[in-house]
Amino acid sequence: MCDTCGCNLTPGNKHLAFKPVAKGATAVSVLKGLLAKNDDQATHNREHFDKRGILAINLMSSPGSGKTALLEATLTALKDEFTCAVIEGDLETENDAERIRAKGVQAHQIVTGTACHLDAHLVHDALHHMSLDGVDILFIENVGNLVCPASFDLGQHLNVTLLSVTEGDDKPAKYPVMFRAADAMLLTKTDLLAVLDDFDPDKAEAHLRNLANPAPVMRLSARKDLGMDAWLTWLREQLAAQRARVATGQSRRPAIQADGVKYHSASA
Amino acid sequence: MHELAVAQALVEQVEAVISQHQATAATSIRVRIGPLAGVVPDLLATAFPLAAAGSRLQHAALDLVDAPIKVRCQTCGAETEAAMNRLICGACGDWHTQVISGDDLLLESVELETSPTPTS
Repeated sequence: MCDTCGCNLTPGNKHLAFKPVAKGATAVSVLKGLLAKNDDQATHNREHFDKRGILAINLMSSPGSGKTALLEATLTALKDEFTCAVIEGDLETENDAERIRAKGVQAHQIVTGTACHLDAHLVHDALHHMSLDGVDILFIENVGNLVCPASFDLGQHLNVTLLSVTEGDDKPAKYPVMFRAADAMLLTKTDLLAVLDDFDPDKAEAHLRNLANPAPVMRLSARKDLGMDAWLTWLREQLAAQRARVATGQSRRPAIQADGVKYHSASA
Repeated sequence: MHELAVAQALVEQVEAVISQHQATAATSIRVRIGPLAGVVPDLLATAFPLAAAGSRLQHAALDLVDAPIKVRCQTCGAETEAAMNRLICGACGDWHTQVISGDDLLLESVELETSPTPTS
């Protein structure tokens, strides 16, 4: 049969002919992740971190849930133990970087203009403005947003997602893409639970489990120094795990991206 | 609204495919998007013409294919469909599952226009 000029098409089978491939046309199968370029850059960033034995953590949450306050308390608590550095992402202002610098910690502010998320290229550019020598933990504070940041790998090893108790305990059900990506979920501002009667921490955790996410849930208040020990212990464990990986030439991607890789290589 | 960034990444990738195959343009582009990819198909379709303007794929048809969410239970082994915010096993109700479909963000295939090569 002739597949070129369309002479094999009859009124009876014409509807089945999805598209007669015209002369001079080729169909190409690609099967490549749409964000492959970002992911390549993220892998490159991760190699930078691994080479220096740095643990990189991406902090994500809605605006105002206490990411910077958590960092201030964390950096103060760890200042004699580890060298930390911070990349701040905001649409405008140096305010957050200045708050971090006031703690005596190196900080670089990425001003995204109108962009709603950080990507691997922005983080790479920021790394060129920083000195990573001797750094143990790099915190990347993403743009406050429960939607877009979840889709972009930055080269971090872990995603930490904050949920403040003033936001509502059903946030994981409302923003599943974000909370599915969490390697740890922090319930913040828990000192306010006493005056809020509509936030149930157990419910928030149950919503997270409904996303098939086994991530640890820690309840804390950075301002009132409640529950900080569990978080600091977790950080120490994660840094030890990162050092063990680096010693054996291994790395770690955040939970969700690893899942995608597993699936795509299995189906390819 | 990060769909514009995703559309720009799509344009870059298709441009690379066009160059690789020494084609002149792309006529149709097929992308698979699962609900858990965090990309809204309608918004991507709106952003695409903006990102593709002036490129060799500006006249291409964008075909967005849905990928239903499926999970595999690590407890009972069943493979079931699931809702976006309820990724538990449809058979036994356990939450120890693994998403096996639905987080895709994949450029599947491209149809290219090649300049007619003179053949004898």
